[in-house]
Amino acid sequence: MSEDNNNNMTRRRFLRYTASMAAMAGISSVLPTYAFAGFNDREVLTPKGHDNIIDLTIGKMPHKIDGQKGEAIGINGSVPGPLIRLQEGQDVMLRVTNELEETTSIHWHGILLPFQMDGVPGVSFDGIAPGETFEYQYPVRQNGTYWYHSHSGLQEQLGHYGPMIIDPAEEDPVEYDREYPIVLSDWTFEDPHDVLDNVISLDAYYNYQQRTLGEFFKDIKEKGFGDAVKDYHSFGKMRMKATDLLDITGATYTYLMNGRDPDSNWNALFKKGEKVRLRFINASAGTTAFDVRIPGLEMTVVQADGQNVEPVPIDEFRIGIAETYDVIVEPKEEKPYTIFAESLDRSGYARGTLAPREGMSAEVPDLRPRPKRDMKDMGMAMDMDNMDMEGMDHGEMDHGSMEMSDNSSEPVKHGPDKHGIGAAAIAQNQFNRLDEPGIGLGNDGRKVLVYNDLKSLRPNKDTRDAQRDVELHLTGNMERYMWSFDGKQFHEVDGPIEFTHNERLRLTLVNDTMMEHPIHLHGMWMELENGNGQYNPRQHTLLVQPAQRISALVTPRDKGRWAFHCHILYHMERGMFRVVQVADEDGSIYGQDYS
Amino acid sequence: MNSIKRTSIFILTAFVIIAIGGSSAFAQKAPEFNNDLMMGDKTYAYLIADKLEYRSINGSNPVMWDIKGYIGKDLGKFWFKSHGEAVPTESQAHMEFQGLYSRAISPYLDVTGGLRYDLAYEHGNKSRGFATVGLQGKAPYFIHFESGIYVSEAGNISADLEAEYDLLFTQRLIGQPIFETSIALQDVPEWGVGSGFNNIGLGFRLRYEFVREFAPYIGINWERQLGETADMARAGGGHISNFSMLGGVRMWF
Repeated sequence: MSEDNNNNMTRRRFLRYTASMAAMAGISSVLPTYAFAGFNDREVLTPKGHDNIIDLTIGKMPHKIDGQKGEAIGINGSVPGPLIRLQEGQDVMLRVTNELEETTSIHWHGILLPFQMDGVPGVSFDGIAPGETFEYQYPVRQNGTYWYHSHSGLQEQLGHYGPMIIDPAEEDPVEYDREYPIVLSDWTFEDPHDVLDNVISLDAYYNYQQRTLGEFFKDIKEKGFGDAVKDYHSFGKMRMKATDLLDITGATYTYLMNGRDPDSNWNALFKKGEKVRLRFINASAGTTAFDVRIPGLEMTVVQADGQNVEPVPIDEFRIGIAETYDVIVEPKEEKPYTIFAESLDRSGYARGTLAPREGMSAEVPDLRPRPKRDMKDMGMAMDMDNMDMEGMDHGEMDHGSMEMSDNSSEPVKHGPDKHGIGAAAIAQNQFNRLDEPGIGLGNDGRKVLVYNDLKSLRPNKDTRDAQRDVELHLTGNMERYMWSFDGKQFHEVDGPIEFTHNERLRLTLVNDTMMEHPIHLHGMWMELENGNGQYNPRQHTLLVQPAQRISALVTPRDKGRWAFHCHILYHMERGMFRVVQVADEDGSIYGQDYS
Repeated sequence: MNSIKRTSIFILTAFVIIAIGGSSAFAQKAPEFNNDLMMGDKTYAYLIADKLEYRSINGSNPVMWDIKGYIGKDLGKFWFKSHGEAVPTESQAHMEFQGLYSRAISPYLDVTGGLRYDLAYEHGNKSRGFATVGLQGKAPYFIHFESGIYVSEAGNISADLEAEYDLLFTQRLIGQPIFETSIALQDVPEWGVGSGFNNIGLGFRLRYEFVREFAPYIGINWERQLGETADMARAGGGHISNFSMLGGVRMWF
């Protein structure tokens, strides 16, 4: 009798379990816990046992987005991966098992750690072979919002990424009653290798927002014949397109918020009067920069790239790939608010709702008109009286003679090196642009975050001035779909960029292309030189605007070989990648003490 | 027994290596610097039937094609190109094949070099071969062009140029004006070629890209023979000026 009962129980429980699984699959494949409105921050992966172990398994899984079925790479069976929550000061062991038929990896984005644990196959380790388990072991020496993702091939595009939060050892300077990670990403049902082949075959393959004959006539009407022709003439002469905004667009992408498409409307619940902390992470793989706003709510930025900053009240911010921003919102009314994240080229959006109850939605704004590149993006002098703009391509001044212009508004001239075939153009004039929110933003009355707004809450430790300069130019040829630094693709360089352990250097990045590039340096902070001295913000990823000249102070405290690259997956794969080697004076990259 | 012994020695050695190598995971040796980690040096292939069309000219209705493809890397590629015209009902055909290697010389330009082979079926079959060098790529204002200089087996020198431009009416409805011309240094009467400018061609195709890879089109084309080439055509009883309506499909893989 009792046996029968047991059997019944088990079967009933089994049925209930499968039913809930099926219901979940019906909603939108298998999503992480934070993709559901009932999310509570205990439902996360935290280190277990004496050794602080977290187990992660990478595998293929069926995935359903917006009613369409595809195949994704999931972590512990979800896309995005589970929220990992660590505590500053812990020694953690993250055991990653590979159930794919190819090598995989996890890179802990923005985390300072022994370089062998950084997770870049071929640079920091050999990768995780099929069927194998790799034990990532490191002391957690920082706190904030971060994320993790594959650093192998194009796996990231298939969903191999997730959020990571590290709670501070001391009291959090940010006050909040409730929090949500918000992972923004781009999803395509195409094989990412086909996506790459398509843009190699035809640069504008995914661009369905090019200028048409009709627009030309409209421009003539608006600007007058002379100015319109001049505009088309300067782009045409350079073989540049004013509509080169993102390489890969909403034509193939569905933009996701915590794994959910816009229609399935991710819900974040709040109670009136609460301070809600939203931890935004742009985990896109393609070229997607998002412009985020919550109509009706002011946001206060409190953290950027995992590092606390002095609070900045804003209406909107642009988040480049791999960047993170934490904002605090305080909804004063018992009503739903739309969290709206438009792609930079306005070809689509990710969307969710901040609501007092489950299942609510607010008005979803229209996409704004797609912006256009201008003369300044092409590196042309913006002297309005002198419309004969000397722009890219006629190098005159010497690279070395340039003053380090921290926050100056005077453009810096490009040197004589035009970077060869890999660089379709150079920015003849390089602008500071740290006070500019970026293309298509800041012209509609909204207060938009700019890099100049970021001021670290805690001073930087190293007070030294730079002992030397390292300058790298971001270069590309959209037509051939080649991307590079200084015109050289990664496979063309013979060795790493060499940094000396504990030196102080200034890293200057110049964007010679007409697109934004999120440049990520592994293993060390870039202290963005935005005029705040000791309080310059620490960044792991810098979104560099077209024709922008940007600099950061760097102290390489951890020895080893570190990846340095554009975080647009396809740009990295096509050559915009370097290895930075941090060695002792005697050349050794080993023997670091992490105690 | 032996194998057990070997295994135990192996395990012992492994322990010693681990002990010497350090007990911490942080002492793991990383791979040596390697620049072959990405797809920057990838080999890729492309095949396009740029023109595959049916024309209506003076009662004869030829099929015309312009097909090309490559396999290679960013800076160096092997090309196959073919274009020609055939009137199946009259067993007439004129076709050209090229095998080329291209090398990038600037962000937008490639030099090409290779061989060309012409075949004609008209009043009996004939063929001739050429060596060729050329230039192709994108000129300012997005004008795509291909050009070549040809030296035939007999030592005759000629050149040609084709230029086209994409004019967007909408994102998918695209007009394409085309300009073609060829020039020869010597008379080659058996091929109907006179010295000087041989011909000029102007065309306009209007295609609709259902997807990027597949676009049916309609268009018009006007060709005129020039100079001595025109004289030869006239003498042979042919037309020196041809206007045609056309329809076809553009597709690529």
